[in-house]
Amino acid sequence: MPIPWLSFLVFFPLAAAALIALMPRSAERSVRLWATIAAAAEFVFSLPLWWRLIPGMPHFQFEERLDWIPAIGAQYHLGVDGISGLLALLTTFMTFIAVLGAWNSVEKRGREFFALILALEAGMLGTFFCLDLLLFYVFWEAMLIPMYLLIGIWGGQRRVYAAVKFFLYTMAGSVLMLIAILWLYFMQKNMTGVATFDLQAFYQMPIAPDQQFWLFLAFAFAFAIKVPMWPLHTWLPDAHVEAPTAGSVILAAVLLKMGTYGFLRFAMPLFPNALQQCGPWIAWIAIIGIVYGALVAMVQTDIKKLVAYSSVSHMGFCMLGLMAMNPQGFAGSMMTMLNHGVSTGALFLLVGVIYERRHTRKISDFGGLWKVIPVFSVIFLVVTLSSIGLPATNGFIGEFLVLLGASRHNMAWAVVASLGVILSACYMLWMYQRVVFGPVTHEENAKLTDLTLRERLVFLPLLMLIFWMGVAPQPFLDRMQPALDRTLQLTNDRAAAAGRLVGQLVREAAPATTTTDATGGGQ
Amino acid sequence: MNLVPQPSFLPVDWWALGAVIALTAGCLLLLLLELLPAKTNSSRGAIVSLLTFGIAGYSVFRVAGDKRSLFDGMFVHDPLTVFFTLLFCAVGVLAVLISWDYVKRTAINQAEYYALMLSAVLGMVIMAASNDLITIFLGLELMSLSLYVMVGFRRARLDSNEAALKYFLLGAFASGFLLYGIALLYGATGTTNLAQMGAFLADTTLLGNPLLLIGSLLVFSGFAFKVAAVPFHMWTPDAYEGAPTSVTGFMSAGAKAAGFAALLRVLLRALGPVEAQWGDLIAVTAFLTMTVGNVTALLQNNLKRMLAYSSIAHAGYILVAVAAGGPDGAASAVFYLAVYSFMNLGAFAVLTMLGRGRDERVLVSDLAGLGFRQPLLGLAMTLFMISLGGIPPTAGFMGKIYVFSTAVKHPELMWLVIAGVLNSVVSVYYYLRITVALYMREPDGEPVAISWGAPAVIALLLTMAATLYWGLQAQDLWVLAQRSVSGLL
Repeated sequence: MPIPWLSFLVFFPLAAAALIALMPRSAERSVRLWATIAAAAEFVFSLPLWWRLIPGMPHFQFEERLDWIPAIGAQYHLGVDGISGLLALLTTFMTFIAVLGAWNSVEKRGREFFALILALEAGMLGTFFCLDLLLFYVFWEAMLIPMYLLIGIWGGQRRVYAAVKFFLYTMAGSVLMLIAILWLYFMQKNMTGVATFDLQAFYQMPIAPDQQFWLFLAFAFAFAIKVPMWPLHTWLPDAHVEAPTAGSVILAAVLLKMGTYGFLRFAMPLFPNALQQCGPWIAWIAIIGIVYGALVAMVQTDIKKLVAYSSVSHMGFCMLGLMAMNPQGFAGSMMTMLNHGVSTGALFLLVGVIYERRHTRKISDFGGLWKVIPVFSVIFLVVTLSSIGLPATNGFIGEFLVLLGASRHNMAWAVVASLGVILSACYMLWMYQRVVFGPVTHEENAKLTDLTLRERLVFLPLLMLIFWMGVAPQPFLDRMQPALDRTLQLTNDRAAAAGRLVGQLVREAAPATTTTDATGGGQ
Repeated sequence: MNLVPQPSFLPVDWWALGAVIALTAGCLLLLLLELLPAKTNSSRGAIVSLLTFGIAGYSVFRVAGDKRSLFDGMFVHDPLTVFFTLLFCAVGVLAVLISWDYVKRTAINQAEYYALMLSAVLGMVIMAASNDLITIFLGLELMSLSLYVMVGFRRARLDSNEAALKYFLLGAFASGFLLYGIALLYGATGTTNLAQMGAFLADTTLLGNPLLLIGSLLVFSGFAFKVAAVPFHMWTPDAYEGAPTSVTGFMSAGAKAAGFAALLRVLLRALGPVEAQWGDLIAVTAFLTMTVGNVTALLQNNLKRMLAYSSIAHAGYILVAVAAGGPDGAASAVFYLAVYSFMNLGAFAVLTMLGRGRDERVLVSDLAGLGFRQPLLGLAMTLFMISLGGIPPTAGFMGKIYVFSTAVKHPELMWLVIAGVLNSVVSVYYYLRITVALYMREPDGEPVAISWGAPAVIALLLTMAATLYWGLQAQDLWVLAQRSVSGLL
């Protein structure tokens, strides 16, 4: 391999973050310019993921493999496929948009702010690219630190509470996953004699179904908090509401996808039998999340909180699609991840725009914006409709595929989940109506200025994506489908293999555990 | 079976003994130098101590690959000795660097301070290098007596006196336990030499002998006191709070490492077979130590007390590795001790710089807004807190990985591992409180003054570099740790 491209993508933002952190404090203006340049450059560098990734390849591409801690077999192993490639593109794109959108909203300590956003980008890309479970855990946890600081330093009134809650929730989930990773590692070591944290090696390893159950639970718990699935979602509204706009955008657009990505890449293929056991439960929890998130969103008085609860609902669709375990469900889930990233990111940016002008996010403080700031209102309308999932916008295709997949698996799932679609139209349109239509009820709103050129530039690519993904989703589907099919195939194969070997494995596993007991206890 | 090698004073033995000789000589030299007049602000004591640590470290490093058994097998020079001697010298160097300006500004008598520090390190080295319970006791007492005095160094302050007295009284009891345990073990096995004791226990049918059990439990209690394990931790918060901050840093790293070094050697060489009888007790102790330490730390507003409880919790994590047992458990304990020493000393390096003159500013609220006013201190403190909390990419995370991965191998310890990782989530709450203060709060009233000093900054940079480097690349230190516990004499 000529250049370690993926490593470059991971470490370029980190280097940029370090340089920006070292810039003089007086250079506030040039800081945001350089940060934008760095984020734009990173996006451009990542663009070849769109055309250089060959969708049909049966394995990870652009792999890089270096020894990291040879004594325990941990490797620095990166690779990318259609799933992580698209999510990485979403990451670099939305980070760029978030940085550009945050020009005026960061009043102080801009240097630290932009440095942390870029460091966060490095962490997110590392999480998507890595194929070594220990490395994955390192990126997964290290990523918490910049997000924690972003919420805690630049957030709103209750920022410290929200930041600490965000950190502790995520950490509490992931430490159990760490134990599961170590458990898998020793299982592999006992079975094959090879000490490795390599994901592909774990893909090859048969795991007894009874052990799968606990391992799956540990992984699923970590990812379910991140998604977040009801009832583990309570950190999300706090974090979203208190975070600065750029933080909310990245949180919604990328960090939540870590959870579903984790299910798709780790929890589901590794533990397919446990998945068969728990899948229906998870699907019903996802459906509860869809309906619950929508109902709670309905009664919110704060626009940002409403969008936050709508995220709970939308991420429920992602989970439902995964649990359907068929190509339509997977593709719908993946499309919903991308759509949610774009639409919800755009919604948070729009909320940020009016918050910058009015310093309030209460729905009742607005009204009649259509006449005052028409450009804003039109963009808001398009994004609202895309979030609802109106045909010809991106939201439609994802939710349609999820419901299709769910109905092929279990009609009841689709019926109840489609309630969420209807409810989402209710709360979004009702909110839009109260904010934008009607007479101008507050005098301050009459003097609002419409979007500046920079802000229009921020929303232009978002709108283009919304329509592109809505009208012609095929290029996206083409890129993700082979990787998704492969994951599905792998999951089913492993389930079948474990099923065939179940009797034999149980017989083997019993003496195997006792021998480890004996050697372990006799120290 | 004669395991006692005949004493043979070859030239190389002088190198192996170099650390002990150098530390003794340095200690005496410091006291003698007091006869010569010096300015009150002279750095003589610090420089002599640095040189002493340098010579001690070098002489051991020079013969790092050799194995020697000296004084009828009472003192051994083996990989474990080398590792811990070097660690103690590094701890000593860092402690001198953070004390350099601190003792000047708090007007602590320098000659005695550094002389006691050298003798404390001498005690630690003897503890790690002893292959005989009597010598271990000797080293432990030398270390403890020096530390009792150091804790009470701020004579004019009531809390310092209280701390020293408490530490001394409880420490005296613990020493009594240890000595009684040694006596019982001698009664049961007929020897105090660890190698002979191990050989005796390896082929005896008397493992359930109450004399043996009580003796080994008492020895364990004695060490548990030194490493601040629950329920022998009561002295820790008071002693840590009352002691001069630099001494707190020194003893939190050094005394704990020394206690574990001796404990590991005793368990690996002699009491391994007996330990199987009460191994669960170590697991329970580990659980209690982690949980009590972490939960109590949640409520502290004084940074020194918070770090005291956190150090109790860390003793608990290390005990998880001890409970896992075997060479791997010992290696991960050794690894953890090394990274813990550096990150904890780093945190104390920051604390010594807060406040001016005799003033000590160690409340969490004193850190308010510090992160933006003093970016270096803020970054350093954040890094150490992240590392103490066990979050990647820092050394503390790697330490936890090694500790928990050795324990995961034993299904009967699974509950302990789960309790351990959940404990580390609890601990993150109070470590985050410090970052909250650093970056998310504004000071009420006047912000805390900083006493900058080049040595302390050097200590800070060294500990930061170590914490980050071992977080990103833990291979070398892990190999060293593994080597240190294999091939014990």
